[in-house]
Amino acid sequence: MSANEKLQSLVEPERYELNRAPSYSFELDRREFFKLLGAGVLVVSVLKDAHAFQESGAGRPRMEPLPKEIGVWLHIGENDLVTVYTGKVEVGQNIRSSLTQAVAEELKVPIEKIQLVMGDTKLTPFDMGTFGSRTTPTMNLQLRKVSAAARDLLIGLAAKHWQVDRQRLVASEGKITDSQSQHSIEYAALVKGQQLTETIPEVDPLVPATEWTVQGKSLPKVDGRDFVTGKHRYPYDQKLPDMLHGKILRPPSFGATLAALDTKAAEKIPGVVVVHDGNFVGVAAPSGEVASRALAAIKAEWKSDPQISNQELFEYLKKNEIGGEDPTGYPRQHEQGSVEKALSSADHRIEQSYTVNYIAHVPLEPRAALAQWSGDEVTVWTGTQRPFGVRKELAEAFRLSEGKVRVLMPDTGSAYGGKHTGETAMEAARLARAAKLPVKVTWTREEEFAWAYFRPAGVIDITGGLAKDGTIVAWDFHNYNSGAAGIQTFYDIPNQRILFHPTRSPLRQGSYRGLAATANHFARECFMDELAHSVNMGPLEFRLKNLKNDRLRAVFEAAAKKFGWGQKKPAGRGFGIGGGFEKGGNVATSVEVSVDRTTGEVRILRVVTAFECGAVVNPDNLHNQIEGANIMGLGGALFEAIQFQNGRILNGRLSEYRVPRFSDVPVIESVILDRKDLPSAGAGETPMLGLAPAIGNAIFDASGVRLRTLPLVPGGLKIS
Amino acid sequence: MSRIQLNVNGNIHSADADNDTTLLSVLRDQLDLTGTKYGCGEGQCGACTVLIDGKSQRSCVTRAGTVVGRQITTIEGLAKGDRLHPMQQAFLDEQAMQCAYCTPGMIMSAVSLLNKKPNPSVTEIADFMEGNVCRCGTHPRIVAAIQRAAKAVKEAGL
Repeated sequence: MSANEKLQSLVEPERYELNRAPSYSFELDRREFFKLLGAGVLVVSVLKDAHAFQESGAGRPRMEPLPKEIGVWLHIGENDLVTVYTGKVEVGQNIRSSLTQAVAEELKVPIEKIQLVMGDTKLTPFDMGTFGSRTTPTMNLQLRKVSAAARDLLIGLAAKHWQVDRQRLVASEGKITDSQSQHSIEYAALVKGQQLTETIPEVDPLVPATEWTVQGKSLPKVDGRDFVTGKHRYPYDQKLPDMLHGKILRPPSFGATLAALDTKAAEKIPGVVVVHDGNFVGVAAPSGEVASRALAAIKAEWKSDPQISNQELFEYLKKNEIGGEDPTGYPRQHEQGSVEKALSSADHRIEQSYTVNYIAHVPLEPRAALAQWSGDEVTVWTGTQRPFGVRKELAEAFRLSEGKVRVLMPDTGSAYGGKHTGETAMEAARLARAAKLPVKVTWTREEEFAWAYFRPAGVIDITGGLAKDGTIVAWDFHNYNSGAAGIQTFYDIPNQRILFHPTRSPLRQGSYRGLAATANHFARECFMDELAHSVNMGPLEFRLKNLKNDRLRAVFEAAAKKFGWGQKKPAGRGFGIGGGFEKGGNVATSVEVSVDRTTGEVRILRVVTAFECGAVVNPDNLHNQIEGANIMGLGGALFEAIQFQNGRILNGRLSEYRVPRFSDVPVIESVILDRKDLPSAGAGETPMLGLAPAIGNAIFDASGVRLRTLPLVPGGLKIS
Repeated sequence: MSRIQLNVNGNIHSADADNDTTLLSVLRDQLDLTGTKYGCGEGQCGACTVLIDGKSQRSCVTRAGTVVGRQITTIEGLAKGDRLHPMQQAFLDEQAMQCAYCTPGMIMSAVSLLNKKPNPSVTEIADFMEGNVCRCGTHPRIVAAIQRAAKAVKEAGL
């Protein structure tokens, strides 16, 4: 297994949503079933499939090596267009553009001749999902290898065609040119529409970053025009003839079960189909309005158990640790030296606790899916970061082989780690099967808040020991529930104990941009300032004293330089810095805040982020990601928090849950350190990590008040 | 259910509407103009913004029956043939988008702003655009795009 494959198979424990059973387990009405499948012979195949499903395990991602056949990834059409197939999906990170650059760079084809088919389980090679900032390090590299192999193959074909030495031939602009005769031949004329059946060679040098002509440049969003004209169809916009609109009956609280159900009134409404299957109750109707009316006509009684509220959250997490091995096999514990000994002999010892609330992704496009059955095969268009994962969920729920399920992902209205699961796909498919017509399910904003999953809440306890000169000698770090991503310290500390404690969670939780690295960086980098303060050292000076890693030092120094760290500032202003390393990227962010002592209002005035992720593929898009990560990060840092009580979300709508808006946005500057000597890493997540601690540290600098909970100032800064 | 006539992007369309049918659902489900987006259903995110007689309005909280006889413009009606509206062009030039789900609503709000105020300051832009949510965080680019479009409109004498 290569290092890349190892990384791909590594699923962090806090991807809770992937380790839980899918949301529905359908009974499937037997009459409906036989009507659909017809002959008895098919029962045999169903039983076989049901058996296969048990063997494959429940809902867990799986690993398959990347196929080596060029033709699986890339096809040169007779029309001169290059079609590229990838299971990765587009949710606004602009990989449709950056992967196009990868192909153009190695295949030597103009950008406009390349089209990407993305996230279609029938056409694209298996892909575990678009998460973990893996697209650039794995798929960009893979498509460059495929394209380089295809280019070499084309040169070979041209050499054979002209009966000349291949050394004379040059690939450029979609053609092979003979440097002596100056004859050219188009790729399409060489391939004649045939499949490229050759495989990618084991060793094939790629164009080094220092010689890139297409990568390393700011290619705009390749299909940008479709977005500014409203032409692009997101999952929410999908349509089929005779399509019905589906709606799902939701319980009044999490975990509630049906005690009584009366759907007679709903069934009487013309055109309405009602489905009750296990814990699933839904309706389909010719319009959304009629579906809503039908749903309102259903009488249901529910049973539920009392549940905790957000006031008791942190106490609950500390008391509800789950023991045993982690099912993902992820290392939970890191220990070196002796923390106890070092703490007892340290000159200073500090102990602090940090807490992080649940927050919601709020992708502007809520979940949506359109499902269509044809015999015992189903096709679903849906916005998911895991089309192959959703295919598996559907296959299991409907007892089908995966070959009978096709999932397609139209470029989707954002996800941020929040769309790993297939709820709407299952709902639409279940309704469509009963209705025998295509059904689209589009979640409302309230459904998206309540029935998706949240970024995990957490408690982080840290104890640190210091020598008089500011050397950190001991580090004891405990994360309860939020997760293990970014949990390791990158400071050089001889005695460490770092432990992730999984706990029960009162709410459904899962992946969110950056995973727990945001929480762990917040706690670690705020605590670093608290340590620095205890020995009267400056925050930057203290960090650099305890940090050897050159790449990290470089981003801290670059952020500080651009920011003007150490300059004079007016009263009521504060500076803060925070940074770290995660998923191959190094980040440092410096922030200036103002704190109004009378009103308690905190304003973020300026954010400077220095970021280094190896060789930069698309500089403008990287700036865009850094700016966006910081702005999204402002919400979780300052004011976003899910309030809940007794199994209900109390602020689950946009009028009640505050997200960053134009007036919240400070001046944002980004400094990119382009390391052409290093492989390219992903950049969608890590740029976010420095912001929250930098703000916390800046608020302390401005006011002397140390805030240790995310969000920091839900109602404006309270000075106690 | 009654039959109403709506003037959308310069064409008269017939649609079925109850008292509670929203303009958003008529546009998307009956007229197949899906460029106008659902985001929250309570007028809080601006993804559904259209122009009514040149002024921005949230179509998710506008009942279809209340805009009969008015000029409704959606994102699909902004370009003149192949020529993009300066605001659309400015969003491309500034790459003021990531997932771009908010983009149609942003563009319609921004056009409305320039209709009212041809040379808005950064603060005026932020104030006016406060009701439009971009979750990807492209706000600084959107502000730059609006400034660029304002300049383009002025220079072209549009």
